[in-house]
Amino acid sequence: MTAQAELELETETMTVREAIRQGLREELERDEDVYLMGEDVGLFGGVLEVTGGLYEEFGGERVRDTPISEAGFMGAATGAAATGTRPVVELMFSDFMGVSMEQIMNQMAKMHYMFGGKAELPVTVRTTEGGGMGAASQHSGTVHTWIAHFPGLKAVAPGTAASAKGLTKAAIRSDDPVFVFENKMIYEQSGQVPTDEDFTVPIGKAAVEREGEDVTVVATQRLVGESLGVADSLEGDVSVEVIDPRSLYPLDTDTIVESVEKTGRLVVADESPLSYGTHAEIIARVQEEAFFSLDAPIMRVGTPDTHMPFSPPLEQEVLPGDDDVKAAIQRIS
Amino acid sequence: MTELDLDSADGRQEALRRMVTIRAFDQEAGNRFADGEIPGFVHLYIGEEAVGVGTCAALESDDYIASTHRGHGHCIAKGLDPKYMMAELYGKAEGYCNGKGGSMHIADVDAGMLGANGIVGAGPPMATGAALSIDYQDRDEVAVGFLGDGAVAQGQVHEAINLASTWDLPAIFVVENNHYGEGTPVEKQHNLDNLSDTAQAYDIPGVTVDGMDITAVAEAVAEARDRARAGDGPTMVEAQTYRYRGHYEGDEEPYRDDDEIERWKEQDPIESFKDRLIERGELTQEEFDDLESEIESTIDDAIEYAQAADYPEPSAAYEDMFVDQPPELQHFANVARTDGGANGGDHR
Ligand SMILES: Cc1ncc(C[n+]2csc(CCOP(=O)(O)OP(=O)(O)O)c2C)c(N)n1
Ligand SMILES: [Mg+2]
Repeated sequence: MTAQAELELETETMTVREAIRQGLREELERDEDVYLMGEDVGLFGGVLEVTGGLYEEFGGERVRDTPISEAGFMGAATGAAATGTRPVVELMFSDFMGVSMEQIMNQMAKMHYMFGGKAELPVTVRTTEGGGMGAASQHSGTVHTWIAHFPGLKAVAPGTAASAKGLTKAAIRSDDPVFVFENKMIYEQSGQVPTDEDFTVPIGKAAVEREGEDVTVVATQRLVGESLGVADSLEGDVSVEVIDPRSLYPLDTDTIVESVEKTGRLVVADESPLSYGTHAEIIARVQEEAFFSLDAPIMRVGTPDTHMPFSPPLEQEVLPGDDDVKAAIQRIS
Repeated sequence: MTELDLDSADGRQEALRRMVTIRAFDQEAGNRFADGEIPGFVHLYIGEEAVGVGTCAALESDDYIASTHRGHGHCIAKGLDPKYMMAELYGKAEGYCNGKGGSMHIADVDAGMLGANGIVGAGPPMATGAALSIDYQDRDEVAVGFLGDGAVAQGQVHEAINLASTWDLPAIFVVENNHYGEGTPVEKQHNLDNLSDTAQAYDIPGVTVDGMDITAVAEAVAEARDRARAGDGPTMVEAQTYRYRGHYEGDEEPYRDDDEIERWKEQDPIESFKDRLIERGELTQEEFDDLESEIESTIDDAIEYAQAADYPEPSAAYEDMFVDQPPELQHFANVARTDGGANGGDHR
């Protein structure tokens, strides 16, 4: 569904946080085999308050608090998914993926393939990413590249409230392992969200959030909203098209390539570290398919290969933002 | 630590001073967080002072500790300066980590403080590693790994204890059982009455002590230290304690009631130790009041120092990733200096 078509459905204004919660609630209601688990997702409502109220509504069997055992419950989710239930795991901060990585990379990612397709793994992992709240290096990482890079896992990363809900629901309905990367700085961002209980955002389908003629900006997560702001501010000067890929793997190459064929210019804005990353993958695909449409070098905006420092001025220094997107657009237009 | 030796009157005074300092520091850190001066996450140690100070009282000054996300108390117990700690909480260049770490990552490796830690359960492996260096070089220190009750559920904790036990390393694992991991009570995280029972699996001693009583903690850790130094390997000490504040500042605490908090406050570690010193005739209430106001002004000075200190230069963001700076980072740092930002775009 395109961003346009989504808006033709009946919508309500809500925040990204509420949109995810609504998506979770609807899926819990729709399918008894779906349940949530994670640290303090129950009575506490999740540290970033996404699951608030669901414990009261669905009880502790379906909104399960786990001990602080990420390797254990990530593996348990994989085992549970292989044997008939549909766990939705909350990994409080994506940095903690380090603790659970074995179960992710050697079990969850590989089982379906190694077993010749014999086990289906309908597991969803929701996790938070990103800097901006002074949470320092172990609570601010943007690690979606790892998951998108690793064969056997799907990775989605919403930039708007509508896609946050639609992707969450699609992830839960998917029979493959899907990671949903929620940028923690956009939980309070509001948007129009379809209320239809069967509204989902197909995994692997980008959204053209704004049409333009001169430069394509492929932006993810927080940088979607910021790029839209930049596009507005450049109106009349540079016409900017903003695409939210929404899904990182699979990636909707066609939508991006089509746009670059029109504009001839591309900026890729993603909060992950610049080297060997998400930017590089998008750029590689574009140059493979649209090299001769390019009128200028492709620019990337991201974190300059550091961890997220605690001190606010340092964090602001390395955190990519609208000023960086604007500078990149201006450099090539 | 010798200056904290609970067998001497001076040591007891110093131990009391450190407990009071921890409380005053954390109270003020909480206030300044509420005022919006301190960003990020702040986990306070108030109520648990006897565990950190009791542990350090049994250590020598060059012993190591590996801390947790709730690390301010461990830092002060180990002798770190509140001034540079506060500067770190404010993200200032003069802080222990030059502003890069903040509350959750204060460290002073030279002082034997191997860092607060944002990853629950990551301290014990660090302590095992320090104990490995000590053992390998035939040195005579020990290493303490602090962990919470919640952290006992982490796989890496058990791997670290097993390693230390198998290799007879001079490590001590101090479990601060404050009865909650965030909002989840300990009973919902473990099917055990005493977390120290986990020690049995590694054939090492595991003891549970009253963590509100500094002497009980110090005695247990002293015994563990003797054992470690004798080459008999690690010990687990579980200290039963309680945090008075929320998990972090801003926690609305839907998971417990005021009565429970009040009950624990009746065994307050500072009050009870103070009373004991008064009983022994080593302290008067007046002297204690003076001590409190003296420490309050120390903490006020620390706040003033932190407020007035400079933030690091933006270019510092590119430093300290490596000892040997790779050209990529040098490039970003150069761009930052000339253009004021280095988030991409211009790669030579
Ligand atoms: C690996 C990891 N998982 C989860 C968290 C989030 N978290 C921070 S503190 C905490 C609770 C820790 O409980 P406990 O070990 O008992 O220490 P306490 O906070 O009670 O001192 C949790 C779940 C984390 N920081 N690291
Ligand atoms: Mg605890």
